Amino acid sequence: MTERKAVSPEYMILEAPREKRFLIGNEALAAAVKRANVDVVVVYPITPQSEVSHLCGDLWAAGFIKEYYRGEDELHVMVSMMGAAAAGVRTFTATSGPGTVRAMEPFTCWAGYRLPIVCGFMGRGIGTPANIQPDSIEIYYLLETGMIIFHVESPQDFFDMTLQAYAITEQPEIHLPVAVFSDGFFVTHGREVVTVTPEDEYLHPYDSRFSPVPAMDMETVPIKMARDCLVIKNNFISYNANASWQQEVRAAQYRARKHIDRFMGGPLEVINPDAEILIMASGTAAAQARVAMELAREAGLDVGMVKIKVIRPFPAQEIAQLAESARLVIVPEFNYVGWLAREIKAVVNNNAKVFSGPSVFAGMTLPPEVILAELQNLVKLSGVRR
Amino acid sequence: MSTIIGLPKSGYKVIVGPEAYLSPAAASLGVALPDAGEGLIEGEISSEEAVMEKIAEKLLAAKNPTLFPGPLVLWVWSEQSVAKAIAVQKMVAEVPGMKIIPMPDYRPKYPMINPAIEINPNHPNLTIWHNNIDVCVFIGVHCHYANLALKIIRGGTDCYTIALCGEAGHEDAVVTLRDVSAEKVGKLTETIRRVKREREVLA
Repeated sequence: MTERKAVSPEYMILEAPREKRFLIGNEALAAAVKRANVDVVVVYPITPQSEVSHLCGDLWAAGFIKEYYRGEDELHVMVSMMGAAAAGVRTFTATSGPGTVRAMEPFTCWAGYRLPIVCGFMGRGIGTPANIQPDSIEIYYLLETGMIIFHVESPQDFFDMTLQAYAITEQPEIHLPVAVFSDGFFVTHGREVVTVTPEDEYLHPYDSRFSPVPAMDMETVPIKMARDCLVIKNNFISYNANASWQQEVRAAQYRARKHIDRFMGGPLEVINPDAEILIMASGTAAAQARVAMELAREAGLDVGMVKIKVIRPFPAQEIAQLAESARLVIVPEFNYVGWLAREIKAVVNNNAKVFSGPSVFAGMTLPPEVILAELQNLVKLSGVRR
Repeated sequence: MSTIIGLPKSGYKVIVGPEAYLSPAAASLGVALPDAGEGLIEGEISSEEAVMEKIAEKLLAAKNPTLFPGPLVLWVWSEQSVAKAIAVQKMVAEVPGMKIIPMPDYRPKYPMINPAIEINPNHPNLTIWHNNIDVCVFIGVHCHYANLALKIIRGGTDCYTIALCGEAGHEDAVVTLRDVSAEKVGKLTETIRRVKREREVLA
């Protein structure tokens, strides 16, 4: 292994020079893990995540990851992550669709234990009929686990947001798991130019002494301090403490905003914010929305776009303010339930102007022309002037 | 106060309780942690000097000021923790009548802690009530557990809470300082000494 230099997250994310690579999303993610100086990776392969499992194994074999193994299944993987992170080391794992729902309980425990685990999610269909194709339904299930949630648009985002996830969650006052979510295949297997930081630079080791909870390491001097969760006893005091604990987990999400602004340039990317019509989207739906916006402007419509990079903590105030002056908001998505539209409707005054759709799922593509057609139809119905 | 799904645009004050059956986490109501060189007074960003002044005034005016040292200053983690513990003892010596009640660990203790001799983050109000503490200072408590305790105290007691944090500070305290080292505790002790002299002159 070549000599490597440990650097701060501030330097790596905000200042380090970049080199061009031609990578698929899974390779971009592995490139970020390589630079993140991860101690423990436990994974279980599942399409379309499998390549990352494999690439992390390669990183371990080359000495870039200290411990690596394949779990028995996703539940085992996520519980193993909990143990490793609670002991005070830097961790990474990834999963997809059915793996995510199989392992749901540990995600909520990660947050409750204040564990700074970073997990890549490669979204795909869940349930019957069986489907390995792209779908963002998983985020809907993850929304209230207490995790911080990023939604990537591209392999470039996958690289950047994974490093940003470590930088943000390892702040002393944050320490929450981060879901770096991609739409399977569209991102995981799409190849594009990705600019990456130098190969020979990696993050400083994680230091659990700055955690808001003591590391659960029985060898830690000077005392053996277990991190007992609350034992529920039937009295008000215990219930009150448990409720306060849950509030504190959500409070840590709000605190992350300051660092999201610093490391990610904020939770949103906004183009033409004063437009009469706004397309609000996340993930690869945002990529399609960009093209749709251009098509709509060529067709004479006053259209802007809001890419929502951060789903939790949800940028409620910014979205409400942006929607205030718009006459129409449409929310294209890659899932059946339209969870992003629900989130937006919940924070926008006069939310009758927010339309869910077009939504496609189960692997269907979302051509920009379909978004444009929906826009033109809504314009006709709502009377927004051209 | 205008709100968007429970997020106020501004205006939430972190003040002495008892506030509510279940008080909110101040961070969820828009209170942001201070940057380096700053602190919080009632949820508002203030200069470190102003915060130290406020802490000195509150401690010296208190009927029953009490320090709650946590594991990070009770145990020998490092040379810095020893230095901070010594500095904290000097600070306590400057505040007339200040008591020390430790928070040695965070385990829920059943059937009940002895509130006369310790405080626990899961039911800190028991210790406040039992000892009639009107002003308290947290130091050396891991941040998660400090926030838990501070919020419960604000919810159910009328105790004025001061958090001296080694990291980023605590929104749930009425007053908080961040990046508190042995040196910064020493600076706070100097402020207490000066304010005490000024009060003596005025008296």
